Amino acid sequence: MKILNLGIGLLATAAMMSCGDKANKESSAGGALRSSAAEKVYVAPGEQDEYYAFISGGYTGNLTVYGLPSGRMFKEIPVFSQFPTSGYGYSEETKPMLNTSHGFIPWGDSHHPDISQTEGVTDGRWVFINENNTPRIARIDLETFETVEIIEVPNSAGNHSSSFVTENTEYVVAGTRFSVPVPQEDISIKEYKGKFKGALSFIEVDKETGHMDIKFQLLMPGFNYDLSHPGRGDSHGWFFFTTYNTEEASTLLEVNASQNDKDFIAAVNWKKIEEYINNGGGKMMPSNYAHNVYDHNSHTATSTMKKEVRVIDPTEVPGAVYLLPTPKSPHGCDVSPDGKYIVGNGKLSANLTVHSFEKMQEAIKNEKFEGEAYGIPILSFEDVLAGQVEQAGLGPLHTEFDDKGNAYTTFFISSEVVKWKLGTWEVIDRKPTYYSVGHLTIAGGNSREPDGKYMFAMNKITKDRYLPTGPELEHSAQLYDISGEKMELILDFPTHGEPHYAAAIKADKVAPNSKKFYKLSENTHPFAAKSEAETKVVREGNVVHVYMTTIRSHFSPDNIEGIKVGDKVYFHITNLEQDFDVPHGFAIIGQNNSELLIMPGQTKTSVWEPKQVGVWPFYCTDFCSALHQEMQGYIRVSPKDSDIELEWSLGEDVE
Amino acid sequence: MKSASVIMIIGSALLFSLFIYPLWTIELEAPQYPDGLGMYIHLDGLQGFTEYDLQNIDGLNHYIGMQKLPSPADMWEFRTFPLVVGGMAALGVIIGFLGLFSKVSHKWFLGWLLVMTILGILGMYDFNAWLVDYGTNLDPKAIIKVVDADGNPFSYKPPLLGSRDILNFTAVSYPALGGILLTIGMLLTFIAYLIGIKTSKK
Repeated sequence: MKILNLGIGLLATAAMMSCGDKANKESSAGGALRSSAAEKVYVAPGEQDEYYAFISGGYTGNLTVYGLPSGRMFKEIPVFSQFPTSGYGYSEETKPMLNTSHGFIPWGDSHHPDISQTEGVTDGRWVFINENNTPRIARIDLETFETVEIIEVPNSAGNHSSSFVTENTEYVVAGTRFSVPVPQEDISIKEYKGKFKGALSFIEVDKETGHMDIKFQLLMPGFNYDLSHPGRGDSHGWFFFTTYNTEEASTLLEVNASQNDKDFIAAVNWKKIEEYINNGGGKMMPSNYAHNVYDHNSHTATSTMKKEVRVIDPTEVPGAVYLLPTPKSPHGCDVSPDGKYIVGNGKLSANLTVHSFEKMQEAIKNEKFEGEAYGIPILSFEDVLAGQVEQAGLGPLHTEFDDKGNAYTTFFISSEVVKWKLGTWEVIDRKPTYYSVGHLTIAGGNSREPDGKYMFAMNKITKDRYLPTGPELEHSAQLYDISGEKMELILDFPTHGEPHYAAAIKADKVAPNSKKFYKLSENTHPFAAKSEAETKVVREGNVVHVYMTTIRSHFSPDNIEGIKVGDKVYFHITNLEQDFDVPHGFAIIGQNNSELLIMPGQTKTSVWEPKQVGVWPFYCTDFCSALHQEMQGYIRVSPKDSDIELEWSLGEDVE
Repeated sequence: MKSASVIMIIGSALLFSLFIYPLWTIELEAPQYPDGLGMYIHLDGLQGFTEYDLQNIDGLNHYIGMQKLPSPADMWEFRTFPLVVGGMAALGVIIGFLGLFSKVSHKWFLGWLLVMTILGILGMYDFNAWLVDYGTNLDPKAIIKVVDADGNPFSYKPPLLGSRDILNFTAVSYPALGGILLTIGMLLTFIAYLIGIKTSKK
């Protein structure tokens, strides 16, 4: 009965708000407005966009690269999923990238990209992104736009409150959504309460190389840790996590985890924990997790299994963690650019709750606690509350900020973005989204210096926005001009996969560093042939290594004989080109593997296990040149017991 | 005569700049190469605009059967030219100093310039001959064979100076900084001669 009432309440409010929606929709359809919107997003042929947007591919496991304001997609970067287009996760070099403690995993669910920062400002060096399903954090290098590192997060499940970086990229933080037994053990699910733990992982990032290493895991009570953001400015040194399911239910969470009037935002003083560790605190727990690193000189990834992790019991570090009561299962946890306010987007609440860092510090100083949960002090709601945005909409999820003291919050149920003022908490503007918005992004929206020119909303439901494509649709996104007092919808574009979150950055922080090709002279791949003179075919028992090269428009060698059924043939292909945008591809008939797409100066390896006798062609899959159609070769496969000698050649038969 | 000699010294010393700066530039322009593609011709060899331009020009040229661009060891010119230019520059400077101490007359300046001009013309002739050979002496097994309107094999010779459309490329050829300084230097030696005439008449 209670639930039913709530439902009716939601409907009534939605009806009230939809009146406003209709008016907006009609006015934005006006001819004059439309043409000005077109001008704002028009990037003329040959010109380039002003911003990069790195949009999470959700269940594609990848990261997509878009341009703003045009909404054009430039690249899909494979991260957690095999990608047959380039051979990522199929080539011998990249298979280790997808190794985990559970073995090789072909797929992932990527969620929240975040760009590295220096002094609180995005620096355009790396993008971090989390995998939700089998907890991992990846680092993408913005010189090559390729995934260069993946670290698995042990003791975690549903790696959702991740992967946000601190002001100087000291840490990339990963929090667990699903609490689990730590360490894992065979116990009854009914023992959830008390036995299950929520691990919040602080992964240290090397300033020079970007290499990641788990500094510590904070073993928190068995709540669900949903999202997080770092403090900045005065609140630098703190990290804030929203929690839900403080009821600690393990079944029918949609009801059972929605009972408490307030859940918490957990405020973690990581500087204090760092100090504790540097004085010998914490304990090493036996563990097993993968750390995969890709090297751009050898063009090869290596996977190392790490065997222990430092865990911290929050009750052992006084002053390290406090709980801030926050209404109704808060989802997004967003910190204002000046670090003064922490926004809890209580997704079942009509009001938005904003906590004050200053008031929190005051309450801590005065030791004004309302109680404790598993030994962690709970502050009083009234003591830490900075203000509330009253009746802003239904189902608040996420908030980002501009550079003029405004905040923008998405409302899933009422399908809109609401602009409100920090400090006065008044609503300034609201605009509908199509439909049911999740995250929104403003360039630098999670930094000290947001760039308040554009905001885009990433929706969960597409319905009729584009030409229909059957039951399955790509998710829609809408771009708004936020430079004025009122937001203006200027573009609607489809995204790829599910765009959970995106990080945007001014193009001039990234574009000048983008690599054009790999230098062949720096290639240290053990099987590289750096010139046609170095090409060869070597047999070791039934393993055959083909050292092959590509250059417009031939393979070397392109005729190979002496391969036998049952052999395991490794094609090590080096692209000898040293020019921008001249990849070559490689595919062979009947290969139970993906193609390879090899960038200039790069070496990639594909395994082929021929099963049938015959003469089998291979060819270049990337239209590389005027003579691309001639870029092919043949391999003769003989019976297992054949005594045909290995032979290889290029250009011998034409006279 | 003093100022004429100083100008002679400066003019002929400018030839030394060819040991630092290239003599000539050949640029290939096409839409697919927005950053440009081309090479500098130095006294002692060729240099691409970027580290890989020579390799990439060779890569393109292999379609039409052109020879590979010469390395310093491939052409006697790259060994001889530095000696000739260095020798002439040194000679010019010595003549200038002799003029300064009134050991030689301004006529020596003109003499030096005449020798330098003849050598320059010979150099240009040789350069042009190389371009002709390079642009017309093609591999009979060339992938792409193009004929002109009269049915003769198309010449891919880049221009000595100026621009020319060659298939999808426009080849542009012009003096580089070293070549410009060489020209200025030679002009200065002529001015030195003219001033020499003027001062000797007094």
